[in-house]
Amino acid sequence: MILLNGISRDFLLGDTTVHALSDINLEIGQGDYLSIMGPSGSGKSTLLNIIALLDRPSKGSYLLNQKNVIGLHDEELAKIRRENIGFVFQFFHLIHRLTAAENVGIPLILSGMPPQERRERVEAVMESFGLAERTHHKPDQLSGGERQRVAICRAMIMHPTVILADEPTGNLDQVTGRQVIDLLEDLNKEGVTLIVVTHDVDIGKRARRRLRLVDGRIVEDIRN
Amino acid sequence: MRYIDNLNLAFNAIGAHHVRTLLILIGISIGVSSVILLTALGDSARRYVISEFAALGTNLIVILPGRSETTGGPPPLMGETPRDLTVDDAMSLLRSYNISRVAPITVGSTPVNYQGRERVVDVIGTTADMKEIRHLEMAQGDFLPRTDPREASPVCVVGEKIRKELFGPEKSLGEWLRTGNRRCRVIGIIKSTGVSIGVDLDDIVIIPVASAQILFDSPGLFRVLVEAKRSSLIGAASEDARQIIKDRHEGEDDITIITQDSIIATFDKILSTLTYGLAGIGTISLAVAGILIMNVMLVSVAQRRNEIGLLKAIGAPKHEILKLFISEALLFSVSGALLGLLLGLGATEIIKRLYPTFPVAVPAWGIIAACGIAIITGVLFGVLPAKRAAELDPILALEKH
Ligand SMILES: Nc1ncnc2c1ncn2[C@@H]1O[C@H](COP(=O)(O)OP(=O)(O)OP(=O)(O)O)[C@@H](O)[C@H]1O
Ligand SMILES: [Mg+2]
Repeated sequence: MILLNGISRDFLLGDTTVHALSDINLEIGQGDYLSIMGPSGSGKSTLLNIIALLDRPSKGSYLLNQKNVIGLHDEELAKIRRENIGFVFQFFHLIHRLTAAENVGIPLILSGMPPQERRERVEAVMESFGLAERTHHKPDQLSGGERQRVAICRAMIMHPTVILADEPTGNLDQVTGRQVIDLLEDLNKEGVTLIVVTHDVDIGKRARRRLRLVDGRIVEDIRN
Repeated sequence: MRYIDNLNLAFNAIGAHHVRTLLILIGISIGVSSVILLTALGDSARRYVISEFAALGTNLIVILPGRSETTGGPPPLMGETPRDLTVDDAMSLLRSYNISRVAPITVGSTPVNYQGRERVVDVIGTTADMKEIRHLEMAQGDFLPRTDPREASPVCVVGEKIRKELFGPEKSLGEWLRTGNRRCRVIGIIKSTGVSIGVDLDDIVIIPVASAQILFDSPGLFRVLVEAKRSSLIGAASEDARQIIKDRHEGEDDITIITQDSIIATFDKILSTLTYGLAGIGTISLAVAGILIMNVMLVSVAQRRNEIGLLKAIGAPKHEILKLFISEALLFSVSGALLGLLLGLGATEIIKRLYPTFPVAVPAWGIIAACGIAIITGVLFGVLPAKRAAELDPILALEKH
């Protein structure tokens, strides 16, 4: 499903080059559950951004569902992200002016779905995530855990094939963090590919496949 | 993204900052209303002046002695001073089929005396046709009688103001006035028309042209008023007049002809230009409003980096972000334009109430220009911030809070 071959990502900082990723080869199958761990600055987010089509590698090839995605235009990349990829961020990134339900519905708006259909879908998803009572709340009226659940609803609403989560529990306490991971794992059980970047060893261990990055290289790739 | 959703999001974003939005709306609406108000004033002045000139008569041609154009050639060998225009010259113009009426005019000022009350007034010597040519109306009595223009009958017609000053509440018709060294009987009072361009008809005494020539001892006319039969014949009538006078003046073309429509056209042009100039000044304030929009939107883009980054990450292409922000600019400028339209129309309404005699009205082009320019500047100044938003790198935008 995701096939990375010889991926490197260099950043130019003044006159020094930072090798954020060097020669990454990685194959991730449909329905996999993968955690990425490693010290700060090891390139975890950079790898995730490349998988997410938010960043372009300096070198290497990337096949997504057998399709070469390197060199696609902004428009095409946006469409792939919209339809195939769900995002969960450390800082939730909800739009504070909009209600929880409106935040969840944004991907549907971007896809041009008619309002009625949108409303039904948003309600159904929010209910299944235990947020039925919170649909008209603004983000600042929600707890951290609720916010992240709203964000997961948003990531889910388009039925993506893969969910990318960059430190999804980074801003939550342990208990709510676990609940959020439980939710994501439930989605994975339904067949969604799940990739989680985390600093939390316990959370990282829960994945069936665990990558470890150091200095932009994969130094460990454990499956069980 | 659907249009309605785009608008909704834009509306939502604008609504989140009341003070900022209000300031922008005030800025734009002041610009729009000042364009509307200034064009209304300019255009009304234009229409006012034109209607005043039109009221002087219809299909009017004015003939003056002497040539006013400088030909630039060597001075004429014979006779520097032009010939006088005489009453006979004037009356001979009636030979033209294109000319319906002719009124020779002599002017001067002289003391007028009635039973010891004396005033110096402007006296006009003319003929009966003056009444029709200048659309004069009588308050009492009649205008000059239709007699031989060479006949100096002892009659006069006076303006309303003169009547008041000389006679007060007493009877004036049939009374004898002394104008200069001649006596004349008052046979009519001109109806007051308020101030008109040129002569104040309330403040004059009109006597037969022959009487005036004797009074002022001048055989030459001040000018001749000519009325063409139809407006389409004004050109032909002017040509005829020029030819007739030339024949009578031994082939010398020594008159100046001014047509009413050329005066009106000139004033129309001058005042239109003035109005456009005023509209231009108003437009500057719209440009200022445009810069205001740009600033506010740049701040807004900076503050909403996160939101923009998120939208891009979850699949909004650049052009959707661009559209979203241009919609915001458009909302600002359209609502500001509407508000300004209301303000401008309200202000003209107030002026109308305060000065009922001055016909203020907003020309359609003024409204279209004001609103059009407001909306165009809004969008133009919105493009830069919108582009900046569209080009934002989602990774950097999402990095920190
Ligand atoms: N836009 C950028 N410009 C320059 N250098 C960058 C940029 N983004 C990342 N880097 C560098 O690339 C390296 C990898 O960064 P990355 O964000 O992927 O690390 P990380 O593993 O996610 O770290 P953390 O655990 O702190 O989030 C770092 O050295 C970082 O400084
Ligand atoms: Mg990171």
